[in-house]
Amino acid sequence: MKHVALTVAPSGVATITMDHAGEAMNLVSPDWIAEMIAAVEAVASDPAVRGAIVTSAKPGFMAGADLKIFRKKFTAVGAQAFSAAPSRLFRRIETCGKPFVAAVNGLALGGGFELALACHGRIIVDDARAVVGLPEVGVGLLPGAGGTQRLPRMIGLAEALDMLLSGTPLAPAPALEAGLVDLVVSARELLGAAERWVLAQDDSVRPWDRKGYAPPQSRGMLDPGVVSQFGPRSAAASAKSFRNDPAPAAILSAVFEGIQLPMDRALAVESKHFARLLSGDVARNTIRTMFLNKGQADRLAARPRDVAKMTFGTVGVLGAGMMGAGIAYAAALAGSNVVLIDRTQEEAERGKAYSARLLGRDVGRGRRTRDQADAILARIATTTDYAALSDAAIVVEAVFEDTAIKADVTRRTEAATRAGSVFASNTSTLPISGLAAASVRPDRFIGMHFFSPVERMPLVEIIVGQRTSRETIAHALDFVGHLRKTPIVVRDSRGFYTSRVFLSFIHEGMAMLGEGVAPALIENAARFAGMPVGPLAVTDEVSLDLPLKIVRQTAAELGDRYDPPVGYDVLSRMAVDLGRGGRKAGAGFYDYPAGTEKRLWADLARQFPAATSQPEARDIGRRLLCRQAMEAARCMEEGVLSDAADGDLGAILGVGFPSYTGGTLSYIDTMGVGTFVQNCDRLADLCGERFRPSEWLRNRAAGNMPFHAEG
Amino acid sequence: MTEAFIYDHVRTPRGKGRDDGALREVPAVRLAAQALQALAERSQLDTALVDDVILGCAQPAGEQGGNIARAAVLAAGLDQSVPGQQIHRFCASGLDAINAAAAQVVAGAADCAIGGGVESMSRVPFGADNGAWVADPAVAYETGYAPQGIGADLIATLDGFSRADVDAYAAESQRRAAVAWSERRFSRSIVPVRDVLGDVLLDRDETMRPDTTAEQLGTLKPAFAGMGVKGGFDLVALQKYPQVEAIEHVHTAGNSSGIVDGAAAVLVGSAGFGKASGLKARARVKAFASIGSEPTIMLTAPAAVTEKVLKRAGMAIGDIDLFELNEAFASVVLRYMRVLGLDPAKVNVNGGSIAMGHPLGATGAMITGIVLDELERRGLGTALVTLCAGNGLGTATIIERV
Repeated sequence: MKHVALTVAPSGVATITMDHAGEAMNLVSPDWIAEMIAAVEAVASDPAVRGAIVTSAKPGFMAGADLKIFRKKFTAVGAQAFSAAPSRLFRRIETCGKPFVAAVNGLALGGGFELALACHGRIIVDDARAVVGLPEVGVGLLPGAGGTQRLPRMIGLAEALDMLLSGTPLAPAPALEAGLVDLVVSARELLGAAERWVLAQDDSVRPWDRKGYAPPQSRGMLDPGVVSQFGPRSAAASAKSFRNDPAPAAILSAVFEGIQLPMDRALAVESKHFARLLSGDVARNTIRTMFLNKGQADRLAARPRDVAKMTFGTVGVLGAGMMGAGIAYAAALAGSNVVLIDRTQEEAERGKAYSARLLGRDVGRGRRTRDQADAILARIATTTDYAALSDAAIVVEAVFEDTAIKADVTRRTEAATRAGSVFASNTSTLPISGLAAASVRPDRFIGMHFFSPVERMPLVEIIVGQRTSRETIAHALDFVGHLRKTPIVVRDSRGFYTSRVFLSFIHEGMAMLGEGVAPALIENAARFAGMPVGPLAVTDEVSLDLPLKIVRQTAAELGDRYDPPVGYDVLSRMAVDLGRGGRKAGAGFYDYPAGTEKRLWADLARQFPAATSQPEARDIGRRLLCRQAMEAARCMEEGVLSDAADGDLGAILGVGFPSYTGGTLSYIDTMGVGTFVQNCDRLADLCGERFRPSEWLRNRAAGNMPFHAEG
Repeated sequence: MTEAFIYDHVRTPRGKGRDDGALREVPAVRLAAQALQALAERSQLDTALVDDVILGCAQPAGEQGGNIARAAVLAAGLDQSVPGQQIHRFCASGLDAINAAAAQVVAGAADCAIGGGVESMSRVPFGADNGAWVADPAVAYETGYAPQGIGADLIATLDGFSRADVDAYAAESQRRAAVAWSERRFSRSIVPVRDVLGDVLLDRDETMRPDTTAEQLGTLKPAFAGMGVKGGFDLVALQKYPQVEAIEHVHTAGNSSGIVDGAAAVLVGSAGFGKASGLKARARVKAFASIGSEPTIMLTAPAAVTEKVLKRAGMAIGDIDLFELNEAFASVVLRYMRVLGLDPAKVNVNGGSIAMGHPLGATGAMITGIVLDELERRGLGTALVTLCAGNGLGTATIIERV
């Protein structure tokens, strides 16, 4: 046996020690299942064996399945078989006639925790890292090996649903309180306690396998407690994802339908619901982008391996506004000394005060001590003097989006810094190669687009200029890794990638308003499609000036070659003619009355009269998503994106493109490139040529070439 | 074709559906039985002639379960040959019971049948009978279940009825009910409910607040804002009504129907039955219909079913003298009047459920009787009775005096 070892102590207690070969974690794999079956049958059939301990030789007890296999598309039949195999194994443990105890020596999640739940007892090590839980809902799945059935029978319906629907794992102490484990002991005592537990058992029948087992919830809706759980939770699930994420509803149905059944039938029902999810698009897309591809990005998979790793003892930040202050905070948090520069000492201090505020809040909430906070804050030095940058490994500029100002700070920085340091421009739209013209070291010049607020937004878009070197790319990635953020790497273009997608979204929304689509309908349809906020609301948030300036700057640079984007008329009418600049101005597409919720500006209906016939929300949502996906496809065509995974991640983490789709390019793949081309041709006929697919995309459709190899 | 006629009807007064409500001690079956007994006694009916007793009940669980109609027949001491059945179309059940009785007569399956309804909301609380629609996740989630108060507020939002509008309607309901009682307009049909000793427990509708003003109503808290906003039901509903920015929660306990106990019974029969029993028909059941409407907003069927029943009857809206639409919520009535262009002076002329309460399964039969009495009092000819009902249902009936 490669993954599982079976020993029997003189007491007659067997120990099944899991140690999955070639993996850092024990995983549910076909080989592992086969070996576990053999071990369980050996325990069951040997009259000298009284029962068994299941434990792990690895630091963790067991994680769930290896998510990598979920890249492939499952049929419903295949998906059902996938969960039925471990489910049968776990059921065999439960009913084999001998007591099994899980000696949980480290984290037990997903399938690993379902294994523990199937044992007759659970003893866990007293270690805060040994969390237990069923996080499947977070990847668009449900626990398919008994989790949805055993949990409510063990800890009660409401508690189980809380846990299944949130996916939040619990540390040992709260797990004990919740009834998820029976005992918490030290690591040293774990196996001894487990052996004593087995020896103390005189039978091994779970409560639900006893005659007459009839908890209140097994009466289904005849029990008011059942009604009060499933009605409100169905609504909450619908309201949370607008029915884009099928997992919460499937969990509710699996529990609702299974809770009354004998366990074997309950497990079969669970497998069917699991199969619906695993064979659907949402789980596959979510897992691919948000776990597998994000994991690769976080591990800096795009980094040239032959370049020596850079460390960041000192980081320079130019401009202590909102972005600069946030970058300084993130760098200080990561352990760097930060030199924060602005035109005046007061402005630089204001930027540092931002960190003080965030740290103070953490102290207030008990997340860190005052001493820790003070130490972090002490790493930020404020000055107006560029000479202070002499030790900086990297300098990030976050000054105004103005080519001349950026050129000036570039020259002043390069005069002060070492030749090997990286100069990173935090711009959201200005082409990097143009900004690099001001640099005497254009090979060390790179774009790093941070998102606001920096401390909460996980994405950094790295923009490679025409003359940026491989080393600089590697070092920029090192810096993103240092900040524990997720990088994507794109080629230079006006707006790079994420800003192009974002602008395409808000302009499309504003264009709809100009066409006479009711504003509430635009906003709701965007949210129903999965965008976190509607295009008008988000334009208010970033302020109407931002897209307006971009139009003006681009027009100034491109002259007659430039066609303003489709929402420009509405944008300038609002911002210029009507003086409604957005939330900061206190008035934009929305009104911001003090003390109550913002509401759409009542006069919008007069300014942009509604057409007599209004589109369906579903069609508006599709138009908004297709427009963004089309921009992503163009970025692939132009080479701005070289990897579809970057396109997906950038759109989800940077723009708020819905994660259930897997991202912009996964969205196209899921409907099929051919269908996407057809839809966009139709949209182009109706709404404008910005939707018209290129020859390149048509060829891709004709050749049936999805953006992701596995489609 | 045989025609179905209404010969008589009775109703109990409506008792507050609370612990201090007068009818709290009366089991539902006894409420129904007292109505049936009264109907039989008034007409000196040979109950062996009754081919069916059909009672509506919207919470047929617990003591209201197990076919309460048959239990009430036996408890009332009607002839044991009289069968019984209970039907459930939520709030429209009592009207559907009359329609089902009429249908049997028209079809030649019965010469005489009693249609009515019963609901003890104090003894079988709202929610005792739930069903897939409310809490089976596969149904509730996919079809967008939201409690009816959300639908009522959504109607107000869509149609622009302000809090002042709905409160003004509610105050008017109270005023009309008070006038009706003071002028003894209900006295012909009210059957006092008696306790086990034969003493009268209640002889008038218990929830009325004749002095209510719109200003007082304006001080009440919205009843459905919590479940709508925190509970997520607003966002469930907006998925069906994406043109709405936010639902205005204007309904309160004061402009919604009251929770009450009560029962009613209507004697329906053929012309031949009238002749054989020496009874004079009071009205013809001219036409009836039911319809399904969008279930999330739930309460918009009345206008649609009104158009449907008018078409079945070959009539126009102008042919109807009086309208009786159950006052489930003020916005339901306001919308109905707006959609059909009705004169408020012809609608719910004696008030309704906002003032006197809505004993779910019984209301349809009660308001049919009320409007028939009123037609006679005013010397008018036709009335249309309708109710909205759970899960997007509506039923309507046109009666015509003979």
